[in-house]
Amino acid sequence: MGKTLRKNPLYLLLFMIPTVAAFVVGFVYPFGMGIYLSFCKFKSPKHIDFIGFKNYLKLFEGGTNSERFLQSFWFTALFAIVSTIAINVLAFTVAVLLTKNFGGTNLFRTIFFMPNLLGGVLLGTIWKILINGILSVFKDSLTNRGIYGFIGLLIVLLWQQIGYMMIIYVAGLQGVSDDLKEAARIDGANSKQVLFKVTIPLVMPSISMCTFLTLTNGFKLFDQNIAMTAGLPNHETEMLALNIYNTFYGTRGQMGFAQAKAVIFFLIVGLIAILQLKITQSKEAD
Amino acid sequence: MESTNNVKSAEQIKVKRKASDYVFTIVFSIICLFWIYPLFMVLYNSFKKKAAIIPYPFDLPNEETFVGGDNFVQAVSNSATGLGFFNALLTSLIVTVLSVALILVCTSMCAYYVTRVKTWYTAIFYYLCLFSMIVPFQMIMYPLSIITDRLKLNNPVNISIVYLGFGAGTALFMFTNFLKALPADIEEAAMIDGCGPVKTFFYVVMPIMKPTIISVGILETMWIWNDFLLPSLVLAKEYKTVPIIIQYFNAGRGQSEWGAIMASMVITITPIVILYFCMQKHIIKGVLSGAVKG
Repeated sequence: MGKTLRKNPLYLLLFMIPTVAAFVVGFVYPFGMGIYLSFCKFKSPKHIDFIGFKNYLKLFEGGTNSERFLQSFWFTALFAIVSTIAINVLAFTVAVLLTKNFGGTNLFRTIFFMPNLLGGVLLGTIWKILINGILSVFKDSLTNRGIYGFIGLLIVLLWQQIGYMMIIYVAGLQGVSDDLKEAARIDGANSKQVLFKVTIPLVMPSISMCTFLTLTNGFKLFDQNIAMTAGLPNHETEMLALNIYNTFYGTRGQMGFAQAKAVIFFLIVGLIAILQLKITQSKEAD
Repeated sequence: MESTNNVKSAEQIKVKRKASDYVFTIVFSIICLFWIYPLFMVLYNSFKKKAAIIPYPFDLPNEETFVGGDNFVQAVSNSATGLGFFNALLTSLIVTVLSVALILVCTSMCAYYVTRVKTWYTAIFYYLCLFSMIVPFQMIMYPLSIITDRLKLNNPVNISIVYLGFGAGTALFMFTNFLKALPADIEEAAMIDGCGPVKTFFYVVMPIMKPTIISVGILETMWIWNDFLLPSLVLAKEYKTVPIIIQYFNAGRGQSEWGAIMASMVITITPIVILYFCMQKHIIKGVLSGAVKG
C-alpha cells in the first residue's frame, strides 16, 4: 500500500496536503512568527522593528510590568502544585473506593465526571455565583482578597478534574489483577500494605500521567481564571496565561514584551513535559 | 460442630460486608448530591427574577421571585436587553460541526498516509504535530489572530481550518496509534481486488477505524464547543459563540442580565448532559484514549 501511495504525487496532495496546509497556517507560521516577534517592538503587524533581547531583558529590569509577571508566575506555580496534589490524592481515593463492590458505583462515577462536560468559562461563572453567595453573608466578595481567588479557583478545578482523573485511575486499578492482591494477603500483608506495596506501584503509569495532566492544566489555566476573578484584586489572582493576555490586549505598546513572556511560558510548560517524559521512560526501563 | 461454626462465620462476614456496602452507598449518594448541586442551582435560578439571583443563589424561587420563562425569552431574543443567545448557539453549532467533520476526515487520511508511507517528510510532520501538543495557546495567539484575519478565516465556516491546524496534533496522534497496530494485509487484499488507495481508505480502512473516529470526534467536540479564547480572538466582532457571550455578560458588560445568563447556561448545559447520558461509554473511552497522549 505504501508503494502505491508514494508512486503518485496525487495521493500526497489528497491525503496529506489539506492537513499540512492547515497545520502551517494554524501552528507552524504563528509559532515561528511568535518567536521572531518576541525579539521585536511592534504595535501592529505593519510596523515591526527588530530590537534583539530587549524584551527578555525587560523581565529582569523591575517595574510594575515585570513584577506582575513574577508575581503571576509564583501564584501559578503554587496553584499548580497545590491543585496537582489535591486533585490526584482525592481522585485516587475516589477511584479506589468506586472500584469496590457496592451499589451505585457506576452512577457515582458518571456524576463525578459530569462537570468535565462544561467549559472553563461556565465553570468559573457558576462558582463565582456560588462563592459570592456565601461570602455576601459576611459582606465580603470573591474579588476582595487574593486568597479567596486562590481557594475559589482550587474548588473549581477540584470539581472539574477529580472526575476526569478518577476515570483514568479506575482504568488503571481495574488492570491490577485480584490474584496478586490475594497472594499478598495470603502472605500476611494487611490492606494498607496491599495498597502501598502492590496496588500503587502497579498503577504508577496512571499516577504519572495524571500528575502530568493536572500540573500542565494548572499552569495553562485561563478560562476559569478570567471568568471567576479576572485577576482581581489588583492582579493578585492573575495567572501566567491571563497575565500574558492582559499584556497583549490590556496595555499599550507592550506587545513585544507580551510575546517574550509567552515564549518563556512555552518554555516552562515544555520543560514540565520533557521532565514527565524522562521520568516515565526511566520508570519503564525499571 | 466445626463445620457449622465455619458456615456461621462465613455468613457473618457476608452480612458485615453488606452493611459496610450500604454505608458506602449512602455516603457517596450524599457526596454526589453536593456534586451536582451547582448544576441544580443554575437550573432553579433561571426561573427567578434577576434581582433575586445575586447575591442569593441558594434561595429557591418563591411566589415573589418566580418569573416563569421570561429569562429564557430574554436570553434568545435580539432586543436591546436580550443576549442574542440564539445566534450564539447557532454560531457555536456551525463552528463545532464543521470543524469536527473537517478534522475527522482530513487527519484520518493524513494519519493513514503518514503510517503507510515512511519517509523523511512524513516523519518530520508527525513529530511536529506531537510537538504542537505541548505548545500553550498564548504562545501563538497573537500571530494566529493576525494571519487568520489576513486570510479571511475569521468567520464561523472558515475558522474550521484554524481548528484543523491547531487541533491536528491530538487527532493525528490517536489515529496513527490505531493504524500502526493495524496489519496491512486487509488493505493489500482490497488492492488486489482492484481498489485504489482512495477507495481502500474510505471503504476498508475507515470502517475499521470507527471506534477511534468516535473517540477523536468526542474529544474534539468537547474542546471546540467549550473553547473560549481561540474564537474570541479569531472570529470577527459580529460573531459570538456560546462561551464568548457568557463571558461577555459575566464580565459585567451589558448590565449583567443574570436572569438571562442563567437561562443561557441552562440551554447550553441541558443538551450536553442528555448527550452524555446517552453516549457515556463512548465519552469515557474517548477520554481514556486521549489521555494516553504525551
